Amino acid sequence: MDDAELDALGVLADPVRRTLYRYVAQSGREIGRAEAADAAGVKRSLAAFHLDRLAEAGLLDVGFRRPPGRGGPGAGRPAKLYRRAAAEVAVTLPPRSYDLAAEVLADAAERARLDTEVAAAARERGRAEATPGADLHEELTARGYEPYDDGPDIRLRNCPFHRLATDQPVVACAMNLALLEGLLDGIGGTDRTAHLDPRPGECCVILTPASKNKKR
Amino acid sequence: METSAHHLAQFNVGRTVAPMDAAELADFRDGLAPINALADAAPGFVWRMVGEDPDHATDVRIPGEDLILNMSVWESRAALWDFVYRTAHLDYLRRRREWFQRLLEPIAVLWWVPAGTVPDLRDAKRRLDLLRTEGPGPEAFTFRDFYEPPAPDGQAEPVKAGR
Repeated sequence: MDDAELDALGVLADPVRRTLYRYVAQSGREIGRAEAADAAGVKRSLAAFHLDRLAEAGLLDVGFRRPPGRGGPGAGRPAKLYRRAAAEVAVTLPPRSYDLAAEVLADAAERARLDTEVAAAARERGRAEATPGADLHEELTARGYEPYDDGPDIRLRNCPFHRLATDQPVVACAMNLALLEGLLDGIGGTDRTAHLDPRPGECCVILTPASKNKKR
Repeated sequence: METSAHHLAQFNVGRTVAPMDAAELADFRDGLAPINALADAAPGFVWRMVGEDPDHATDVRIPGEDLILNMSVWESRAALWDFVYRTAHLDYLRRRREWFQRLLEPIAVLWWVPAGTVPDLRDAKRRLDLLRTEGPGPEAFTFRDFYEPPAPDGQAEPVKAGR
């Protein structure tokens, strides 16, 4: 029960601050004060105050960049930009260490080469947790994947198993793929299929429509 | 880009579940050329072992053993890791049980070589054996139990990386 982490969460109690945080976090890019203020419907100075408070709490990272085409003396100060912090904040009460358990179990699964067994378990679980007939974007959002449309495909901005995927990528990504295969199956009525297509900084799975499917 | 005195070599082995021309291995065979091309074009790629057919690095075999071999050199840990786990190669890995027998001992080993040198196959096999019998060490290690490159002056051993 780390004070710094509890404080970080406490910072989100303010509704305006929470709106600003959500806007920046879900954008998947750097946001300036003006844009954030407009999105939250508040004055620029208030947005700046809250954004800086979020940065102090470690929930947002700060960068500076000159707008394109500007430079040299008299160009003005570079814009202050905010992005969701890479660092994780997690609080469980009473204290729980599911991440440690996951890493140990994933390590064992890798050593014993339990690929098929892990995929089967994940697929079943994905199917069981799906709501039949639900909206796919909503189901993905509820699970923290942060889906976005990339042409005809759905890509996933956030990996819910990020640290595990860095530690044991084959087990984690195979598990994740199977979870999503199960989810698609459980929702039903969708012609999309899930495939591995890793991109730096994002979830490794892409959901493609049937017309694009090739025999793999 | 700063030049490093050492490059990272990797060696991995596998026993296929059927002969290479069997139907079960069709997707594996079909993937060899694209995956090799992906490696060749990957940032930080330096060299990979090829047999007579450049698209079949796996033509190189150790006489008397039914093993498929793969060996390559990269500029850094990050370059190799990104290729192995953050490209189409990841899906290839995911399907390993379809094509390769389940070996419970380590099948992949990493070590540092002086930049500009090409590793020797016999040395690679020795290092994999070392990993299997003694666990990770400065001469033979893994991504999870990694060792940083030795100092450029070549005197010190590789140092164990922090978690």
